[in-house]
Amino acid sequence: MTVGQFLPAALAAHAPVLLVAIPLILSAPAAALKSGRTAWGLAMAGSVAAFLFAIELFLATRGDAPGISYALGNWEPPVGIEFRVDGLNAALLLLLTASAVLALLFALPSVEDEIDKDKRSLFYSAFLVVFAGLAGVATTGDAFNLFVFLEISSIPTYALIAMGAGQDRRALTSSFNYLVMGTIGATFFVIGVGFLYMATGTLNMADLAARLSELHGNRVVEIGFAFILVGLGLKAALFPLHLWLPGAYAYAPSFVTTFLAATATKVAFYGIIRFSFDVFSVENGFVLNSFTYVITPLAIAGMIIASAQALFQSDVRRLLAYSSVAQVGYMMLGLGIGTQAGVAAGVLHLINHAMMKGALFMALGAFAISYGVRRIENFKGLGQALPVTSAAFTLGALSLIGVPFTVGFVSKFYLIQAALQKGWAFAVVAILISSVLAVFYCYRVLVNLWVAPRPDGASRSVQRVPYMILGPLLVLALMNLVFGVYAEPIVNMAETAAAAAFNAGVAP
Amino acid sequence: MMSPHVILRVVSKVLIPLIIVYGFYVHFHGEYSPGGGFQAGVVLASAIILYALIFGLDEARKVFPPYWARVGMALGGFIYASVGFVSLMMGGKFLEYAVLHPDVSHGTGQHIGIIAVEIGVLTTVTCVMIAIFYAFAGRTPEISDEDW
Repeated sequence: MTVGQFLPAALAAHAPVLLVAIPLILSAPAAALKSGRTAWGLAMAGSVAAFLFAIELFLATRGDAPGISYALGNWEPPVGIEFRVDGLNAALLLLLTASAVLALLFALPSVEDEIDKDKRSLFYSAFLVVFAGLAGVATTGDAFNLFVFLEISSIPTYALIAMGAGQDRRALTSSFNYLVMGTIGATFFVIGVGFLYMATGTLNMADLAARLSELHGNRVVEIGFAFILVGLGLKAALFPLHLWLPGAYAYAPSFVTTFLAATATKVAFYGIIRFSFDVFSVENGFVLNSFTYVITPLAIAGMIIASAQALFQSDVRRLLAYSSVAQVGYMMLGLGIGTQAGVAAGVLHLINHAMMKGALFMALGAFAISYGVRRIENFKGLGQALPVTSAAFTLGALSLIGVPFTVGFVSKFYLIQAALQKGWAFAVVAILISSVLAVFYCYRVLVNLWVAPRPDGASRSVQRVPYMILGPLLVLALMNLVFGVYAEPIVNMAETAAAAAFNAGVAP
Repeated sequence: MMSPHVILRVVSKVLIPLIIVYGFYVHFHGEYSPGGGFQAGVVLASAIILYALIFGLDEARKVFPPYWARVGMALGGFIYASVGFVSLMMGGKFLEYAVLHPDVSHGTGQHIGIIAVEIGVLTTVTCVMIAIFYAFAGRTPEISDEDW
């Protein structure tokens, strides 16, 4: 274990647990406070601390370094709960914490615009709990503990989405919808874990992996895998299980949408990778078959059908939400390919999608703050009024389409490469069809933004976008460009992650 | 104002202190017998809820203001997590109770740790139960019956 590369060794030794515990403990004073700004300060402090720990963990697990294990309460795994960080979740933690920091910068003006004064401190407190829960899902090495953190992150998420009710009452039904489906997903997951426990008598992931390798063809284990896949698939918005997502993203407060779009489904997707390739392995015929004959068709159907649905949306946030479902399809296709290159492409798209959707939803938040617009026809002529925000939105949209020199192109390139290696020409065709559909739905927004003239009745006054929004928005938008040209660091990160997923089944 | 429910008022005045004492009994006996912070929290909250049922919501709000519930919910989580941080600072791992006391052979540290953690659980559960009760009881219907 290499510690103390970036932070003092005393802190670095406890990095896995502090990453989760600091946001969690800060959520308590944030809830008791009355001032929204102080609560924001606490949220920011927690996220920055978590970001520093994530950098430390990322540096410590680079390359061939073995995973870092942390025994909570000094109860040795597999009996005690273990936090375990390797190349796969270190990349995810870096993405999660960086998104949280950038989204929080944007939160201060956005939340003051959208949330009632007396609810703001509770809002930030709930955010900190969501953040700690997601970080916990990404760090834990215990299957049941993963369920607990999944619930810790989900329950405040429902509250955060429902806080959009001040703007649009439909947030309440969307949140309830998500609550019901999310709970079903979590229940399925825990049923699956129960089956695995029944067959193996352990909950520790590394221990599970070792014992499951001797249980090929066991029907209980197979049923357990199916339950886990469906449960996490619901959380990750895998195509036919995505129905909660459009409403939740469309009516939640802008900040919540930005943060969730960049992180929540990604963390569930990480869970799928962790269980499918690390705890189980593709050498298990049942796992491979479910990926080839179930996940791949669903992924392709999602890519095409959700993109087509996005074409017909009039609310831009709903449009992007459907596009998110399609993008989850790309990531799932990477997993469906089932090779290390495929998983690397899936992880790469996961990271890149967080950048593009982060930029797009943040730009929408900026439009909503300055002009209060959400529907496509109201975006007419805003390109001249808010050139910088519009340019950032355009960059994100180009990246979503997959234009060369953006990150979207890089991940689609790797995905096509992985599909061709496997000899799946049909997957390439599906990616191309979905990309063409993406051109159309992005075109609908962009043409209104830049080409259509401002309608006569609309106010001519130019509204400024706060710098607190422009800053993180530009960072995210430029990241789409920078990592599109200079893709190596992100590609390396994804390949390390995939390698960790494939090798971690071997004793550490 | 004289309430018509004299018997209820007298009996509940006797019962409420007993309920609270029983709640603490369940709490502090939780290490040795069934019980603990969660169950004790519900018992304690039921004392306040009984008071609210008999004497009215406004009286209960004077005894236990809703703001206390909000702070208490956060405080309980804070106590729990701080036990973890204290054990970190005393040189152990997160939530490692053994380092809280040098007497390892009797597991004194484990006792201290679990009781401290359970106090956090007790605070949060009591306040959450009361907050849920206040939220339901204080809810005004959006459409009053006369508007139908």
